[in-house]
Amino acid sequence: MSTIQFTIDGKPCTGKSGQTIVEAAKDNGIYIPTLCHFEGLKPAGSCRICTVKVGGRFMAACTTPVTEGMVIENKTSELEDYRKAIIEMLFVEGNHMCPTCEKSGNCELQALGYRYMMFVPRFPYLFPKRELDASLPKIIIERNRCVQCLRCVRSMTTSDGKKIFGMVNRGGHIHINVDRELAKNMSDEQAQKAMDLCPVGSILKKEVGFVVPIGKRKYDAMPIGSEIEKA
Amino acid sequence: MSKPVVATASLAGCFGCHMSLLDIDERILKLIELVEFNKSPIDDIKTFTKQCDIGLIEGGCCNSENVENLRLFRKHCKVLIAVGECAIMGGLPAMRNGIPVKECLEEAYLNCPTVDDNIIPNDDELPMILDRVYPCHEIVKIDYFLPGCPPRADLIWEALVALLTGKELNLPYEVVKFD
Repeated sequence: MSTIQFTIDGKPCTGKSGQTIVEAAKDNGIYIPTLCHFEGLKPAGSCRICTVKVGGRFMAACTTPVTEGMVIENKTSELEDYRKAIIEMLFVEGNHMCPTCEKSGNCELQALGYRYMMFVPRFPYLFPKRELDASLPKIIIERNRCVQCLRCVRSMTTSDGKKIFGMVNRGGHIHINVDRELAKNMSDEQAQKAMDLCPVGSILKKEVGFVVPIGKRKYDAMPIGSEIEKA
Repeated sequence: MSKPVVATASLAGCFGCHMSLLDIDERILKLIELVEFNKSPIDDIKTFTKQCDIGLIEGGCCNSENVENLRLFRKHCKVLIAVGECAIMGGLPAMRNGIPVKECLEEAYLNCPTVDDNIIPNDDELPMILDRVYPCHEIVKIDYFLPGCPPRADLIWEALVALLTGKELNLPYEVVKFD
């Protein structure tokens, strides 16, 4: 693999050919926020939190490969405000009741809200009507919290490659659903994996919850992305 | 010079945010030096006796009385602060927002296994329940928002001190939380 030279906010960086901007930035100790992206999964580029500017154009850093001489804008006030706006939109278009959520403290959407100091969304709350499905043996599907990142759709398959999760409808009516027969046969490990993959509290493993005390959860003490910036 | 005047109210809230205000521990003595309280459950003053500088609102609006009270606070306070998740986004009470009011009342007063009177309360003295729970900023203009359930005592304290002294608010990461 050949080495590539590029800059992020003026800082000279090196990357490998084939790397996405998000991956290359991480190797250079620069955090670009992501939400729908999950390491090891094929990037979907659906949430646009990772939007950067290259040559005056907006690009999703999770899907765009780095190229030689690329000049990337990342932490500008314009981009940071757009990112904050996306987080706010995600908060108002679902029913995100953090105080009652099992994922609170470990939720990536909430952690991004903290990182961007979201005190109140600038958009009106929509309070959509969404259905909760607690009828499956191992998992609860709480659609009020879903951000349509497609992580579960992309990653959760049976041993013979069948997809357990899928999206139904389009636009504002889009929601996750499961193949009930496949979901009924999920193991405890698969249920845990699905819960861990979900960036919010939309997929929950049954019969556990609030295991880690407040103060010791993933994003209680340090902002999301600080582990990359420290390295 | 007279001290700045603070008023507080709990609308559709659980008083947890007021508890969190008391959680500033011995700083409460400093707070009394800094400000004077007017209408508030803390001093039990029921009606505004003067114009206030800061109004702290806990809870969102779930009934007509909450709306009247909130408008009264807007009228009497120079700066109005939404304190806590319920004031900011409706919070727990807003979990009924996807359910029609009729269904909520029937569940609570007719179909619930522990009721035996089977009457939906309907007295002129009772405030009218709203079609859904409203965040405070959808009813009146809110100047500042302090998130948390409850907002950490340090957040309330730092925000009040910053507002009273005009100093910049410099918050540590741990104090801004949504739960």
